[in-house]
Amino acid sequence: MTNLLRHYLFWPVAALVALLVANTVARPSFLAITIRDGHLFGAPIDILRTTAPLLLVALGMTLVIATRGIDLSVGAVVAVSGAVALSHLASSPNPESPVTVLTAVGLALALCLVLGVWNGFLVSALGIQPIIATLILMTAGRGVAMLITGGMITTVNSAPFKVLGSGFWLGLPVAAVLAFGVFAVVAFVVRRTALGMLLEATGINPAASRLSGVRSKTLTWTVYAASGLFAGLAGLLISADTMAADANNAGLFIELDAILAVVIGGTALSGGKFNLSGTLVGALVIATLERTVTVLGISPLVTPLFMALVVIAVTLLQSPRMRERLTAATRRPVATTPPEPQPAARPDSTEVKTR
Amino acid sequence: MTTSAPARTPRKLGGVKIPTRLDRRYLPVVGTFVVLALMLIVGGSRYENFLTPAVVSNLFINNAHLIVLAVGMTFVILTGGIDLSVGSVLALSTVITAALLQAGWPPAVVIPVAVAAGTVIGLAHGVMIHYFQVQPFVATLAGMFFARGLCFLIAPESIAIDNASFAELATWVQIFGEWRMTSSVLIALIVLGLGFVVLHLTRFGRTVYAIGGGEQSALLMGLPVARTKVLAYVVSGTCAGLGGLLFAMAQRSGYSLTGVGMELDAIAAVVIGGTLLTGGTGFVLGSVLGVLVLGLIQTIITFEGTLSSWWTRIVIGVLLLIFVLLQRALTLRRT
Amino acid sequence: MTQQTAPPVVEMTGISVEFPPVKALDGVDLHLRPGEIHALMGENGAGKSTLIKALTGIYSPTAGTILVDGVERRFTGPADARAHGISTVYQEVNLCENLTVAENIMLGAEPRLLGGLNWRAMRRQAAVHLEHMGLDIDPASSLGSHSLAVQQLVAICRATVGDCKVLILDEPTSSLDTDEVEHLFTVMRALRDDGVAILFVSHFLDQIYEVSDRMTVLRNGGLVGEFVTADLPAAELVQHMIGRSMEVLEAAEEVVEHAERPAGATPLLQVVGLGRKGSVQPFDLDLYEGEVVGLAGLLGSGRTELARLLTGADRADVGQARVAGKPTRLRTPRVAMGHGIAYTSEDRKGEGVVDGLTVRENIVLALQAERGWMRPLPRKQVDELVAKYIQQLGIRPANPEALLRNLSGGNQQKVLLARWLATAPRLLVLDEPTRGIDVGAKAEIQKLVADLAADGMSVVFISAELEEVLRISHRITVMRDRRKVAEIDGGGATMDQVVDLIAGGGTK
Ligand SMILES: Nc1ncnc2c1ncn2[C@@H]1O[C@H](COP(=O)(O)OP(=O)(O)OP(=O)(O)O)[C@@H](O)[C@H]1O
Ligand SMILES: [Mg+2]
Repeated sequence: MTNLLRHYLFWPVAALVALLVANTVARPSFLAITIRDGHLFGAPIDILRTTAPLLLVALGMTLVIATRGIDLSVGAVVAVSGAVALSHLASSPNPESPVTVLTAVGLALALCLVLGVWNGFLVSALGIQPIIATLILMTAGRGVAMLITGGMITTVNSAPFKVLGSGFWLGLPVAAVLAFGVFAVVAFVVRRTALGMLLEATGINPAASRLSGVRSKTLTWTVYAASGLFAGLAGLLISADTMAADANNAGLFIELDAILAVVIGGTALSGGKFNLSGTLVGALVIATLERTVTVLGISPLVTPLFMALVVIAVTLLQSPRMRERLTAATRRPVATTPPEPQPAARPDSTEVKTR
Repeated sequence: MTTSAPARTPRKLGGVKIPTRLDRRYLPVVGTFVVLALMLIVGGSRYENFLTPAVVSNLFINNAHLIVLAVGMTFVILTGGIDLSVGSVLALSTVITAALLQAGWPPAVVIPVAVAAGTVIGLAHGVMIHYFQVQPFVATLAGMFFARGLCFLIAPESIAIDNASFAELATWVQIFGEWRMTSSVLIALIVLGLGFVVLHLTRFGRTVYAIGGGEQSALLMGLPVARTKVLAYVVSGTCAGLGGLLFAMAQRSGYSLTGVGMELDAIAAVVIGGTLLTGGTGFVLGSVLGVLVLGLIQTIITFEGTLSSWWTRIVIGVLLLIFVLLQRALTLRRT
Repeated sequence: MTQQTAPPVVEMTGISVEFPPVKALDGVDLHLRPGEIHALMGENGAGKSTLIKALTGIYSPTAGTILVDGVERRFTGPADARAHGISTVYQEVNLCENLTVAENIMLGAEPRLLGGLNWRAMRRQAAVHLEHMGLDIDPASSLGSHSLAVQQLVAICRATVGDCKVLILDEPTSSLDTDEVEHLFTVMRALRDDGVAILFVSHFLDQIYEVSDRMTVLRNGGLVGEFVTADLPAAELVQHMIGRSMEVLEAAEEVVEHAERPAGATPLLQVVGLGRKGSVQPFDLDLYEGEVVGLAGLLGSGRTELARLLTGADRADVGQARVAGKPTRLRTPRVAMGHGIAYTSEDRKGEGVVDGLTVRENIVLALQAERGWMRPLPRKQVDELVAKYIQQLGIRPANPEALLRNLSGGNQQKVLLARWLATAPRLLVLDEPTRGIDVGAKAEIQKLVADLAADGMSVVFISAELEEVLRISHRITVMRDRRKVAEIDGGGATMDQVVDLIAGGGTK
């Protein structure tokens, strides 16, 4: 019991379950999944679909955060990606042809990869603080997207492209299959190779890592590139869902949601140890939360307040102090002072030394 | 006795110690200053009427609220934290000001209440961050949603301010030749001065630096880490509340959607001013230079005049980039 | 000098501290009397630092009582302890590098002016404290610009500010030179004679015998006993500490064999005119297989800087390097590693440990980095490797999954050593490998180095402890003022000869 409570995934999963329960109480049919035309339908499936772009962005963000960085530009990259793909489709004579769609996708992803590499260049080669380095693209990126779309909301009809956003594959939404698939592959690669450990070492102590022969710069560069690429893919999913490229609003604030997902999943923003499974749960929690707002019929005016309260609740419950309280309480019925010594210097109060 | 100080050995000249070169700590700020001066000169040579007292005065007048936010943000970032809520808290403060004035409260009551709202939110952040060890990014992100939510609850629509004495306060201005100073600039400068004094001349201020240099070390040195850390967020919250007041004075209204993304401006200003996000190094004066850089970029854009909205964003991005690269080059060469 | 009759200022009885599942301390007693220097002895991980932290309130004991001046207390933290007259210098230098020296010394007891800090008075007072410690540095300079040794002394300065009746020094001498140690001892003796109780931790037995009056010995978190220093022979002390006899130590005492280097052998690494501006003057050095080269010199003499150029940690501006006869440029540590060159930094905290990773991950880090991320070491091989080094170096706790930050200082050092041994280097550059390591383990490491050399490895060994350098080196390179001033044969060299060279009096 105590071990379970202490597990870093306990509270995020508990929050997810609580949200699902709240939804089911408000609307008993919430968890029902129906099969129509061989496709699965229902709120849980919808949640999977809406999680997809966020999950991709959060995946890149987790890797970036592991190296002690942050990527604020993902929202802008999402917008650029959609703008490139849809503009290419709109300008081509035959937007329905799979070849055109593939080129559009290829172009968008290539450009986003370049943007990611650019961020990596600023951070890793020039040594600019990540938040500022990516702020540059965050500001300019939406301008670039508008430039591509000519300042309009580009809309287009292309059935093969639309599949990305709202199609089904083996009964499941294509977007979800893609995102979860990419996530699984990356998670597998990171944990089965030494990549994860080397990233963590870079994030915790860059100087020691360098002396140990870790290619810290290359690794840092790579994670920003990956973050750009994943954000680009997310942008495709988002624009394919609405079949519109809105340079101003596509992916707006997705960087905050992604960072939140990472943190809810138990990864510290100070870099180092990271949990991809936590990020997955975090992304699901956020998507479910957004869904809950509509199911419970919460007015949009109160939504931010509601979000704030949920986030505060989850993070407080997750906090080391609360965990200590709770474990102490479960061990002895009457909660007294926690029996373990409390190192005043928390392991996670990481010191960052820069000389 | 061996004292190996490779970086910087003071020369002794007749008993007076003169540092052999500029202290490395000041380099980023100096870099910012040099680039700012360059921007002014380049702008002045490119546009008519650019380098005039009126333009420079306006630079301060238009950014008074941001200066106040940046001063508060500097405290937080120096401890190694971050405060994402300042934009929302600023909005909350404008909304409270407008709503209470509309309800007929006297400004003498409304003003402290609006500022105190920021203080309370800052305190809540501090407690969450220090006592519950919630990461600053998350705690203040929640605070950001929370303040924005409160704004909507109080007043979803924009409220105009027509209180006479408030208007009088807002329009107070001193004119020295072509230079103008409004009440909000005065307040901003006072806050800046206070910030400087507190950071450099009080134990609290030095403890802020110490925490940024290493929280564990500060703790083992026996410094009051808990109190200081909480107080840093209180300072930032209060500054955000005050910033909201200045913004309400400038806009003569309170609106729940003001200040979206302003936290990033404040953070950018602080970082551009040479403060490291990892904490412990930086100066509040640098942050103000950072605000001026951002403001100047905006000014250049208006002088450019004909830019479409997307080119504006791209140009801001590019200018930011040029600035960061120049500053980086300046600091790298000297180290 | 011990005032046997005086009641203790600090009386700790039955102290236990747990870090589940580890029991770091189990029913330990400590009695500190005013006017004594009390040594706290024990192996790495015995619980010395933990006992100190339990006293000052950083850890809260699960059992036991703490009496200060006869009143039971549980301090809430260093600030509280300090307010009750207990000043502590912890094992790792815990000051703020971004602040000035003056602030680091005075903050908390700073002079005030109109409610604010009085910077002038602060600098003046700091200068006085620095002078007491024999340090001639600018109080207005930032702490980070000074060497570890200076920082250590500044930390001690800080502890002596204001009135303290108990001064705790956890391994203050591990990064100091003999002169500085002597000076520190003078200061300590003066304080003792003023009635201050001093608790002193060190792994140097000669220092303990030189300065301490009484001692408390810990082993494996338990109390072995309290002794009067003069009544306890060193051999017995070691036996108390490590629970074994002196044999291990004697094993390493035997002089290294001087296998004749075959004439005309190519050096494994040959550098000519290698140097770096502001760091170390151009020097020549030949390193052969099967040979231990000691680097001797004072702190700041350039020995670390030289090592960093040899291993690519810093890039040389001038000079050439040849590895096994082939010209190469040692641009980065990675390039050096590619040639089989390994380097352990003296800055354990800053450039050594990755404290958020486990013991296992820290040990395989360099080996894994060398292989690249795509070829992970098989788990079985990792486990064998890790188990081997934990056993060979006596790393404690012997748990591969323990986070490195939870290991005692000495054990962290052993993990670092293991990291490099695991890469099976051809040239191993060890910068202060025995700093903070207990007597038993130090002997083991010296023996290990001798064995590695006998097996054909080339070793560069840097240490502030001259005896150690003399004992295990085939050749000794002496550094002074950032220059290589001499190279002498280790076999024939005497202590005095080397000391002369280091100080600048000897032959050029
Ligand atoms: N915060 C912690 N969490 C878990 N275990 C700890 C922690 N601090 C210390 N330990 C364990 O407690 C034991 C005693 O450590 P301590 O640092 O007191 O040793 P020490 O005697 O000071 O050794 P050294 O001479 O190497 O400094 C070690 O086994 C260490 O791993
Ligand atoms: Mg210790």
